[in-house]
Amino acid sequence: MAIKKDPVDAVVVGMGWAGGIMAKELAQAGLTVVGLERGPYRNTAPHFQPPEIHDELRYARRHGLMQNLRRETNTFRNNPRQRALPMRQWAYGQGAYPLGEGLGGSGVHWNGQSWRFLPWDFETRSRTVERYGEEAIPPDATIQDWGITYDDLEPYYDKFEYAAGISGQAGNLQGQTQEGGNPFEGPRQRDYPLPPLKTAYSGLLFWEGAERLGYHPFPSPAGNQSQAYTNPDGVAMGRCLYCGFCSKYGCEVAAKSSPLTTVLPVVLGLDNFQLRTHANVIRVNLDDTRTRAVSVTYVDAQGREIEQPADIIVLAAYALNNVRLLLLSGIGQTYDPMSGEGLIGKNYSYQFISAVSAFFEDRVFNPFMSAGAMATVVDDFNGDNFDHTGLGFIGGGFIAQFTGEAAPINTHPVPLGTPPWGSEWKRAAAENYRRAFTIITHGAVLSYRNNYLDLDPTYRDAYGQPLLRMTFNWTDNELRMADFLTNKAALIAREAGASDINIFRLARTFSIVPGQATHNNGGAIMGADPATSVVNPYLQMWDVPNLFVVGASAFPQNTGYNPTETVGALAYWTADAIRNRYLKNPGPLA
Amino acid sequence: MSSYVSRRNLIKSVGLAGVARTLPLGFGAFALAPEMPRLPWPAPQQEGAEGAGLTYAFLNSEEQAFIEAAVARLIPADELGPGALEAGVPQFIDRQLIGVFGSGGDWYLQGPWVEGEPEQGYQMRLVPQEIYRAGIRDINLYCQETYGGPFAELAEEQQIEVLQGLQSGEIALQDVPAALFFSTLYQNTMEGFFADPIYGGNRNKVGWRLVGYPGAASVDYGALVEEYYNRPYEVEPVSIADIQTGEASHSHE
Repeated sequence: MAIKKDPVDAVVVGMGWAGGIMAKELAQAGLTVVGLERGPYRNTAPHFQPPEIHDELRYARRHGLMQNLRRETNTFRNNPRQRALPMRQWAYGQGAYPLGEGLGGSGVHWNGQSWRFLPWDFETRSRTVERYGEEAIPPDATIQDWGITYDDLEPYYDKFEYAAGISGQAGNLQGQTQEGGNPFEGPRQRDYPLPPLKTAYSGLLFWEGAERLGYHPFPSPAGNQSQAYTNPDGVAMGRCLYCGFCSKYGCEVAAKSSPLTTVLPVVLGLDNFQLRTHANVIRVNLDDTRTRAVSVTYVDAQGREIEQPADIIVLAAYALNNVRLLLLSGIGQTYDPMSGEGLIGKNYSYQFISAVSAFFEDRVFNPFMSAGAMATVVDDFNGDNFDHTGLGFIGGGFIAQFTGEAAPINTHPVPLGTPPWGSEWKRAAAENYRRAFTIITHGAVLSYRNNYLDLDPTYRDAYGQPLLRMTFNWTDNELRMADFLTNKAALIAREAGASDINIFRLARTFSIVPGQATHNNGGAIMGADPATSVVNPYLQMWDVPNLFVVGASAFPQNTGYNPTETVGALAYWTADAIRNRYLKNPGPLA
Repeated sequence: MSSYVSRRNLIKSVGLAGVARTLPLGFGAFALAPEMPRLPWPAPQQEGAEGAGLTYAFLNSEEQAFIEAAVARLIPADELGPGALEAGVPQFIDRQLIGVFGSGGDWYLQGPWVEGEPEQGYQMRLVPQEIYRAGIRDINLYCQETYGGPFAELAEEQQIEVLQGLQSGEIALQDVPAALFFSTLYQNTMEGFFADPIYGGNRNKVGWRLVGYPGAASVDYGALVEEYYNRPYEVEPVSIADIQTGEASHSHE
């Protein structure tokens, strides 16, 4: 028999970016709030302090900050005819999408690439039809508009950028193109709170090469603080040391935007908020009418089942876990790709990355002087920033020279054709570590009929619950787009003066083995129509108005960008709707 | 082979392996400059606390001999400096095997066990401890049948031939897919050569010296990024152990 706790005003499941923002905003509105985190407590001090945090083996190879797959994983297959099998290990730094766990969630181990989506991204379907006609939409694509526009979200992007202390160079201030920024970005009301990070020498060569080709390079917006910063809530952050331990690590000087350095310090100080760690939520409980959520049930550190009643329930776990919780709770109709009916699990989408390594005979780099989002980017081939006529795909991605990781287990580039071991390899590794850099492409993945999430019929987690089953593969749209972008990246590498290049094209079949991006989206998508979306434009369940599902699970399809800033902006947008409208009149917001 | 002393000769030269840590000589000798003319920084005078000795906790003597020979072929000692054997990679692998990694402690290990597509990732029951134990036994049986002796006693050229056969999967082993064994050994060898020395490998930071990686120090590179445009930043590398033991500070600027 579950232990039943006293009711609270709101319970928030997951203490990453989405949950941290929601918890803070609701608690500041005066609600009693409980935050449930399935992982442990952790913070800048003592958990991310040097010298121990500067440990590539522990964090980048053994995934020290990630979910323990022994307790929970997901199963995967490329198409509905295959048998899905569990993702069993992340050995050697592999794993397409390492999933976070613990206070701050994936917001602790990300590398800080902090993008606004393009105005086009929110209206992908209608704008594609408008410019290229209905026939430009790939046959099995299930893409749709978001139900909100860039202009709706702009003030909340702004709010996130100032809360998180984003470094960057504006490209479009109130409609005026700004020198040195991204000329393709949507108009912003004001500049970033912090100037951009420094540009690496590798980024400078990329910049010059891209400019000679007529592209428009700019410094990546970064959740790495270029200067010490105090956010509007009074939370202080450090200045980035460019130490090179960023993606998959916690930051020792609180110079990487994270729930732990922004919203959580505020909410943890409020008397009407209570954090419970090691609280693994297994379901949301509805009342008999199935139109009201009454509580969540979780398993605590001692293995006890605890029921927490609340008036407002916010699912703000990782995108995949939000979807899984809806499925485990039997809320909504599970998507069936055969009939096309059902919405939970529909429109799952991912991200692709391809790369070009550039080798130089006459240049020297110091790749270890880096920050997670220290990059030079061109956005000329993202979204609909270019004419797609005759290209055979829609959407796009950015091309960037990221300094990123440079610790040598994972990073010791050698030219193609070098044997992988022996004296010849050793010489090539020694000669090229300082003479190479990598350019990546980071492209959009649309949503399709046969890419979806549901519950696995066979495999279970440590709590006896079915694992989430992922069915996913690339389609021609991604493969053509990736080849297009990869060719552009190679062009820039050559123009930058590379004497030799390695091209890593997107593999024709998606594999969960190589490390890629933790950019899983969709499965509980937002929209303006209850017939085609799980949540309304305020991320509120159409059928269960006191249940909000916040996170990248709401994206109807992916864009060319990293998702975090949009996750944060959507959380502020939703919290604002609850504070200003829902609390006065609890019920459907749309 | 190079001018480097082999591990067994070195043990003789310092007496007992177990006391290497307390002696002022130890493995620091590996980094002496003449063999590494490309590296401008001075060699350290002694090893410091990172020398973990040469004892084994998981691997038995047959397995030790195999690993010591195999990693020396993967990353050989040569004119560029020490190889994986001298870097302590065998001890690194041994320690990994006795820990969480070796037992698959953070792997999902529930059945049913079904052979999937390569895109679905690893689907076997074997954890690294078993991959090494069964794999080395299988390989030595193969070497005995083919060459008349265990792997460690073969000529270098024969060892290279065997490793290439494992890598390509041309050699069939009884219990462990050859390519799986090879990739496990290969990944762990690279890890042991380049990981922080606190794990027993990369002894005297030879892997970091080879490529010019400065290590774990919390240097504020903020002011140096532009200063070192097109110019190598070269310093004595610092490990986690160096900082823990006070051999180096967080910031050595």
